[in-house]
Amino acid sequence: MPTNTNLSSSDHSTPLVRFDAVQKTYDGENLVVKDLNLSIHKGEFVTLLGPSGSGKTTCLMMLAGFEVPTSGDIFLESQRLNSVPPHKRNFGMVFQNYALFPHMTVEENIRYPLKTRRLPAAEIERKVSDILDMIQLREFAKRRPTQLSGGQQQRVALARSLVFEPQLILMDEPLGALDKQLRERMQLEIKHLHKQLGLTVVFVTHDQSEALTMSDRVAVFNDGVIQQIDTPTNLYEFPANAFVAQFIGENNTLPGRVESVQGRDCRVSFGEGFSTGALLGPNLAQGDATRLSIRPERVKLNGAATQLPNRLQGKVHEFIYLGDHLRVRCELAGNDDFVARVPVDDFSSRLQPGDIVELGWRNEDVRALNAS
Amino acid sequence: MSTNAVAARPEAPPEANLKKQLKRADRLRKFKAIGLVAPLALFLIVVFVLPIGSMLWRSVDNTELESVMPRTVAGLQQWDGSDLPEEATLAAFAAELRDSRRGGGLGKVGRRLNYEDNQYRGLLMRTLRGLPASSENWTQTLIEIDPAWGETTTWREIQRASPPVTDRYVLASLDLERGADGEIQRIDAQNRIYQSVFKRTMVIAGGVTLICLALGFPLAYLLATLPPKTSNLLMILVLLPFWTSLLVRTAAWIILLQSNGLINQSLIATGIIDTPLQLVFNRIGVFFAMVHILLPFMILPLYSVMKGISPSYQRAAVSLGAHPFAAFWQVYAPQTISGVAAGTILVFIMALGYYITPALVGGPADQMVSYYVAYYTNTTNNWGMAAALGSILLALTLLLYLVYHRLVNRKQLIRS
Repeated sequence: MPTNTNLSSSDHSTPLVRFDAVQKTYDGENLVVKDLNLSIHKGEFVTLLGPSGSGKTTCLMMLAGFEVPTSGDIFLESQRLNSVPPHKRNFGMVFQNYALFPHMTVEENIRYPLKTRRLPAAEIERKVSDILDMIQLREFAKRRPTQLSGGQQQRVALARSLVFEPQLILMDEPLGALDKQLRERMQLEIKHLHKQLGLTVVFVTHDQSEALTMSDRVAVFNDGVIQQIDTPTNLYEFPANAFVAQFIGENNTLPGRVESVQGRDCRVSFGEGFSTGALLGPNLAQGDATRLSIRPERVKLNGAATQLPNRLQGKVHEFIYLGDHLRVRCELAGNDDFVARVPVDDFSSRLQPGDIVELGWRNEDVRALNAS
Repeated sequence: MSTNAVAARPEAPPEANLKKQLKRADRLRKFKAIGLVAPLALFLIVVFVLPIGSMLWRSVDNTELESVMPRTVAGLQQWDGSDLPEEATLAAFAAELRDSRRGGGLGKVGRRLNYEDNQYRGLLMRTLRGLPASSENWTQTLIEIDPAWGETTTWREIQRASPPVTDRYVLASLDLERGADGEIQRIDAQNRIYQSVFKRTMVIAGGVTLICLALGFPLAYLLATLPPKTSNLLMILVLLPFWTSLLVRTAAWIILLQSNGLINQSLIATGIIDTPLQLVFNRIGVFFAMVHILLPFMILPLYSVMKGISPSYQRAAVSLGAHPFAAFWQVYAPQTISGVAAGTILVFIMALGYYITPALVGGPADQMVSYYVAYYTNTTNNWGMAAALGSILLALTLLLYLVYHRLVNRKQLIRS
């Protein structure tokens, strides 16, 4: 796995937050979070990504102080956080449904954290006023949250969690309730705020494209374990295992066996008499069972495939037209759900379901991953 | 779908036609709605609106004399009250008195006039017995039968009782009366009772409401925050009292609270007290029983409101730096206001009208307005007083409700 170059600035300092061998169980039998080790540096945008029940939200709640680790420690710089009650942690938090107080106006909502901190009145008013300008909701200051649109509520929730300048912002699927377009706009808005204010953000989501869009690093959770923590690029290009490959982006999977290994390259046989070159994933050696992972957009069809080292015959099952591209579902080596993503221009209209096509890809577009 | 089909037709109807169609469709829906509501509306009019209307009317109704002795009443209306009424009026009175024997009119007039003074029923009976078939001078004849007919005060009292509408019951319900000069004045101190009865009714109902709120709020909070499985079980326990009749529960409290009842015996057995506490047939018993009976009416609206409040509000407040207690009072409690309002108004209004429970477990000094309403309807047959007391209670309730509504609405959350 290539090392990450983006984080060189923060790698040397002590992390802002550190999970040290944290475990969590609710019933004393099943661990929701298993042996979690995670460091978050100042100024980083870290996303906890995973399917529901993977432990990502529990992780965030332990950080916020609403859940207590069953074992292990959480540190904020050098201070052990386990015994600090949530209201003394000084973290800003944005909730899934915003949790704006319905009986208070926008202004009162934003003023709330400042009032609990007993700041001087003049300072409170200045800060509230500044942040209202920042989220561009000054004319809505006297409204109640229910009189705002989803996106506006989202901005108020954000402002409320930022106004007291916390050292860490926690976000629990904050965009889940918004429609797609608004969600994408808010993603960028939050990302820009993060850059502009130098915030440290821990963001929880189950939406992989959201995670890739916004984060400096993404921790992929499954079964209470971080499967991989890396930059979005590396997660997509170099998934550490089959789960990550499957969870991040679209993916074709083929079971096979490692035949030979040469440094990072290897040769894998699959199906009946097929073989391909591939990049060797972690924890694999010659003779091991493996799962090949190939991204649909790296699979070339017919003419485009002629120059490629790995070419195989497949049978077309169906075409799915998606406007900017076309998905061709083929049968390949006994797998009838093998998808190639083809630009619409490249598509030859003479192709019909049932035709035999040539599928090709480069060695470096295939990952041989641990089968388990 | 259908609009597409309509638009696609070549002879597509103009807008007016479309409006007509819409109206027709709406009319059908309206008929359906009316049909669904009609039975209940009819039921309510017959058993609720009409009785309340008639009760309100009875509190000022004074048509007894007019219905039995219309000519006498008409004659007395012309009378200036200085000397005895005219001979014609007295002649009419004698004739109508004789006729009143038939059809129960005499009893009606006698009862009504007795409210003015206790002597009248007897006076009427005596007069009737001595009444000759005819007379040249009825004034003379009547005075001969009983000298009371020769006094202007007698006639003035009858005159006072004769207008078809009166405020005497309403005034009496507030310990007021009209003096000889027609001015409203307070009645003699030793006869005053209803002002204190109304005050007592308010105090008991208010006290019961506050106790219910204090006991019900934490329980409703617990129910709303527990996992559904546990809270459903507890909810059954809350509703359990509804499975027994109110009378049985009230009787059970007497058994529990009496001097040699369960509570006193166990307190004595554990050595906490030596002599039994007086827990029943006084105010304590009334509070015990009424709170127990009304508590579910407080818990249910509170629970339903609290159930809708997401726990993330409190978490949000805590994450923003508020102590959990502060988060509860500043963020959670204000959101329960509509439930508190519904629960308190429900319990208070129900408590105002309580009759059986205070009648059974209370002492003489714990009887509420409804006791006197029952007394006047069942015992003395004085519908005027019963209706006046009821009307005042109703007016008071409405007034309090309006004030309360205004107060709560000011703080009410704006929910879309």
